[in-house]
Amino acid sequence: MINSVSRLFPLLLAVAACAGAGEAFAQAAPAAPPKLDTGDTAWMLTSTALVLLMTIPGLALFYGGMVRKKNVLAISMQCFAIACLATVLWMAVGYSLAFGDGGSLNAYIGGLSKAFFAGVGKDTLKGTIPESVFAMFQLTFAIITPALIVGAFADRMKFSAMLLFMGAWGLVVYAPVAHWVWGDGFLAKAGVLDFAGGTVVHINAGIAGLMAAIVLGKRKGYGSENMAPHNMVLSLIGASLLWVGWFGFNAGSAGAANGQAGMAMAVTQIAAAAAALTWMFVEWMARGKPSVLGIVSGAVAGLVAITPASGFVTPMGALAIGFIAGIACYWGATGLKKMLGYDDSLDVFGIHGVGGLVGAILTGVFASKSVSDAAGLLEGNAGQVLVQVWGVVGTIVWSAVASYVLLKIVDAVVGLRVDEETEVGGLDLALHGETVH
Amino acid sequence: MKMIMAVIKPFKLDETREALTALGIEGMTVSEVKGFGRQKGQAEIYRGAEYAVSFLPKVKIEAVVRDDLVDAAVGAIRKSALTGKIGDGKIFVWDIGQAVRIRTGETDRDAL
Repeated sequence: MINSVSRLFPLLLAVAACAGAGEAFAQAAPAAPPKLDTGDTAWMLTSTALVLLMTIPGLALFYGGMVRKKNVLAISMQCFAIACLATVLWMAVGYSLAFGDGGSLNAYIGGLSKAFFAGVGKDTLKGTIPESVFAMFQLTFAIITPALIVGAFADRMKFSAMLLFMGAWGLVVYAPVAHWVWGDGFLAKAGVLDFAGGTVVHINAGIAGLMAAIVLGKRKGYGSENMAPHNMVLSLIGASLLWVGWFGFNAGSAGAANGQAGMAMAVTQIAAAAAALTWMFVEWMARGKPSVLGIVSGAVAGLVAITPASGFVTPMGALAIGFIAGIACYWGATGLKKMLGYDDSLDVFGIHGVGGLVGAILTGVFASKSVSDAAGLLEGNAGQVLVQVWGVVGTIVWSAVASYVLLKIVDAVVGLRVDEETEVGGLDLALHGETVH
Repeated sequence: MKMIMAVIKPFKLDETREALTALGIEGMTVSEVKGFGRQKGQAEIYRGAEYAVSFLPKVKIEAVVRDDLVDAAVGAIRKSALTGKIGDGKIFVWDIGQAVRIRTGETDRDAL
């Protein structure tokens, strides 16, 4: 992400100059120290707001519509509370662990030098933007990643357990993986390409969700009771807000207002649309009807899969990635889930896990020199696919093991699952004392 | 006097109402109801998970008519509510002992 900005710095400035930033600035570029760019800063401020929009309200509505009426407040509350909890923890230690200097352990984890935002002042820069903006932009990723996980255990986890697990997960799982890939960790050094978080966000959340679904067990009545979504319009609005926010997610990950950001935005739109249509047509053929949940799920699948590739592939690559993600995630949310028998309530693994995996690997296939300095399999660099696999495997292993251990610890401390009466009556009233309608 | 109660598909309501009023039937009561017959409900599918919806929305028409209009009314409902597909509904007919118009106190045939 932002590292690539420093590598691309001369190019960046040239682009900024073309956009009217001033010729003298461009001529001085190669030797000049990093300098604040107002265009870049403006775009990153905007992107940060867009990515926050993905969790609250986007994800809260997307998930809120998909659960039963008795649990809609509980899951919206979880998304909102995570946004607050992750913010405080990120300010305290999360940012430092992910993007600080870890000294001798820097390959695996950042240090505590930036704890409580130490040294993040009005004039400190990260590339060409204020470090405060960079830290906030990254915070929105640290918010949405744990929030994605709640869909896997919807309708059955205690709120207290959820807070404990998410707080710990953000520091023990998210921060290190973000450091590995984006903070000069061992995966970054190995050359893993993850432009906006296919590995850090989606595989990471998908695997943690799968672990949570397995450890908590199935919802009571799963397979026999009607668990149909209570309001598909909420889900449609939520998914649409996710889509809009994703422009900040992917195009913001350029770290600047430049050509790479523009290309990232274009491929994001193309992949999302292609995957949505693919899912819709596959479902239409297989089930006889093109459903609303189907088309919006397909769009999310495409957005997930293009995320790691968004700064590296051409529009043609995006079209292919969208098409493949549409098919793979349809299978992940229907076939795979049925085959293995776990109750991933809202298909966090089926869409984010599978979509993240597909996107991460395909980044190694479709990465193009015409977009960045990375070439993929199609341009003769087969090794990039292996590097991508290495990134995927490392993340899966850490996310699975650490998430499992954290879940077991939280279970021992406060118990993970609500009692049967609460689950049957609904979490809204039992845990929050409120209901809708 | 007979009570005719018909359960039909909602989109056939207007057609059926027109057919009955054309026969000279002055009034009827209509309710939105849910139920099932041989159609046995329908399936909703969300990301591959099928949920059976056991009660389908229908419209219930109730009309009390003169004895000499019963056959024509039943025929009119059958004709206007027919699609030929499963779930078209049913018609029931039974005797009515008494009818009173509240405003005027008229009874039986005069009350209809």
